[in-house]
Amino acid sequence: MGDPIEIHQLVKTFGPTRALDGLDLTVRTGEIHGFLGPNGSGKSTTIRVLLGMLRADSGSVRLLGGDPWHEAASLHRRLAYVPGEVNLWPNLTGGEVIDLLGRLRGGIDEKRRADLLERFELDPTKKGRSYSKGNRQKVALVAALAADVELLVLDEPTTGLDPIMESVFQECVDDFRDSGRSVLLSSHILAEVERLCDRVSIIRAGRCVESGTLGDLRHLTRTSIQAELARPPVGLAGLPGVHDVEVDGTRVALEVDTPQIDGVLDVLRAGGVRSLTSQPPTLEELFLRHYGDQVEDGAPTEDGERP
Amino acid sequence: MTGVRILLWSFLYRDKWHLFWWTLGLTILYWSQAYSVGGLYTSQAEFDTAAAAMDNNAAFIAMAGPARALNTIGGQVTWQSTAFGAILAGLMSMFLIGRHTRGEEESGRDELLRAAPIGRQATTTAALLHAMIANVLAGLGVALSLIAYPLDVPDSIALGVGLTLTGWVFCGTALLAVQLTSSTRSAYGIAGTVIGVAYLLRAVGDIGNGALSWLSPMGWYQAMHAFSGLRWWPALLLVVGTAAGVVAAYVVFLRRDYGAGVVPVRPGPDRASPGLGTGLGLAWRLQRGAFLGWGIGLLLGGLSYGAMGDDVGDIVGDSQASRDLFVQSGDIVEGFYATAVLMLAMIAAGYAISSALRPRGEEDDGRVESLIATALSRRAWLLGHVTVTVLGTVVVVLGGGVGLGAGFALVTGDGEAFGRYALATLAYLAPVLVLAALARLLYGVAPRWASLAWLALVFSFVIMLFGELLQIPQGVQDLSPFEHLALVPAQPFTWTPWLVLMALAAALSAAGQLAFARRDVHG
Repeated sequence: MGDPIEIHQLVKTFGPTRALDGLDLTVRTGEIHGFLGPNGSGKSTTIRVLLGMLRADSGSVRLLGGDPWHEAASLHRRLAYVPGEVNLWPNLTGGEVIDLLGRLRGGIDEKRRADLLERFELDPTKKGRSYSKGNRQKVALVAALAADVELLVLDEPTTGLDPIMESVFQECVDDFRDSGRSVLLSSHILAEVERLCDRVSIIRAGRCVESGTLGDLRHLTRTSIQAELARPPVGLAGLPGVHDVEVDGTRVALEVDTPQIDGVLDVLRAGGVRSLTSQPPTLEELFLRHYGDQVEDGAPTEDGERP
Repeated sequence: MTGVRILLWSFLYRDKWHLFWWTLGLTILYWSQAYSVGGLYTSQAEFDTAAAAMDNNAAFIAMAGPARALNTIGGQVTWQSTAFGAILAGLMSMFLIGRHTRGEEESGRDELLRAAPIGRQATTTAALLHAMIANVLAGLGVALSLIAYPLDVPDSIALGVGLTLTGWVFCGTALLAVQLTSSTRSAYGIAGTVIGVAYLLRAVGDIGNGALSWLSPMGWYQAMHAFSGLRWWPALLLVVGTAAGVVAAYVVFLRRDYGAGVVPVRPGPDRASPGLGTGLGLAWRLQRGAFLGWGIGLLLGGLSYGAMGDDVGDIVGDSQASRDLFVQSGDIVEGFYATAVLMLAMIAAGYAISSALRPRGEEDDGRVESLIATALSRRAWLLGHVTVTVLGTVVVVLGGGVGLGAGFALVTGDGEAFGRYALATLAYLAPVLVLAALARLLYGVAPRWASLAWLALVFSFVIMLFGELLQIPQGVQDLSPFEHLALVPAQPFTWTPWLVLMALAAALSAAGQLAFARRDVHG
């Protein structure tokens, strides 16, 4: 069987705006795939094309081996989706919505429904209008996780959840993956992605700019090193891939492109290493590397995401 | 009371158009009665005959109020406008108060304000003053327009002042209602019920010995006897009623917690009923409230037309202007009811269009995404709503006819007429469905423009009322789908135009559904 999600060179425009500009994304069976990008970068648009709500202008999109535009309903039976902003009907209770979505997906696992309600501490008798944002999200999560499906598509599912519920969510998604099924998780909570995801794709302005395991991606960025030497180092600044060198007598702090780390260690050793700390890049740094300029511009807008 | 002034100004500023339209609407309600009655009868003798026919009609009295001096313009204005004017003033008060008190509290916006250095009661007080000012404006509009008509000054003023004070009483009850429940919707339920009960007490009282009317603020308003021996003291009852409601509201307000009500929120079912598991089941669940409301409304509307019985000849009078207005052809009774049937069908078209636009509301509110991400296809989702719209329209249209037939049969004792009048509205099912299908086509192709379907209804309405009067060219008149059918019950029903319009409705609807299946669905 092929990969559950395969997207190649996807283009989607809204009038003059090119929301997706040749996007590639592959999610493999049995992995949690993190889908990272700031507001307005095209994450939700990608997911909507993937679910057959928007029609692609060009490129190929395969969902569970089928065409999401033409075979939407039959493919949807095999997946569950949690939108980024959960809007409920004001006069339907949470329990009614969970049952409705479950039945529309083709059945609901009663035992899991009860179990999830308990784990998420959700009161199913409240009407949609009286739920808080977090509770609306829980309704959608319980409905999705109680479904017997092969693929979960989650669009920023935890933005309204408190830390305890977030960890419940992480356990549930872990369990789901451990039974061999796949998850596409769009998020900008980096700690969550770091904790959960096997592979990550970073998108920017409608294109995928980076994709791979966290290990792969870390390789692409800088490691920060602090060292205390016996004597001042010689020739550090001239090394390839070394940045932001600060030398204060025998104390050294610098950043180095991870593949070039060996050369730095040679120079340090020549100076006689007394102590050394090296920090691998965090996902945040990875992220900022791709979006740093935008963050400095203060550019990302809050509502830019929706078409 | 810090902040009341600032808040009051901001409410008045934000609601300036609301206030304008409410005032204009209420003013027109009163003034148009004077205007239309003034032009209706050619002689006082004719007016007296018409008044005598209305005097004895219990259905009219239940609907409007005690029949007093109906052979004068002022008496007619008072009779026909005060009950509905009071209902409208009550609704206006309820919406203005609900919107600025519980509505703001529920949305959490009020929290921002309360954290600012303003008094705890500032929002409530400002909202109350705001709604009271709105009622003053409405009363002023009514009084001035009637004086300008011209009618007697003191009685005109009394109608305006009475309207203002009745509105104030409902300000008090609405202010109390929003303290009792924690959701704006149920507060509207309570305040609306109070208005309904006030109307009902007055109706039952007016048919009977009048005792129950004294329990209703609307009864107090009508007890001022404007244009038929004006007396002012019942206005005091309205002032006392207002004060009682407001004091009670403040007592509750000062004792309750922020965001809480007195009546606890009732939990709903934790499981969905078996029917709620398909596109159709959901569409029915979402639309059934509106369907029941419109259905009952049409039934009552039909009843009130029907209850005129065969007195319509006298009521309509002999003047050519009024004949042109009410009777399009043939026998005066049948002709009048042909117009009534057309009128009911156009009201039913309001249901059909709003129901056909419901899917757009769902899409706009972002509730479609989760649904069509399941095995429910977008076609099936829309088809569920279409089914509810079409079947609902059949029932609502029929409801108007059944009401009409029942009212007529009850008043005249002519049982055979029931079937003939009851089915008459179905003749207009076809044009009503054409308008609904037009709304659906617009929704499928360009959802942003879907509301334009309402314009088509307004156009049809204008053509019906003024088409002949303004001598609008036949080609333009033919654009209204209502213009192609036999005027039942005055003329025999003909199948051909009905079937053609039905086919047109089906084609428009199918095109709309196809277009929807092909376009992007938005959040």
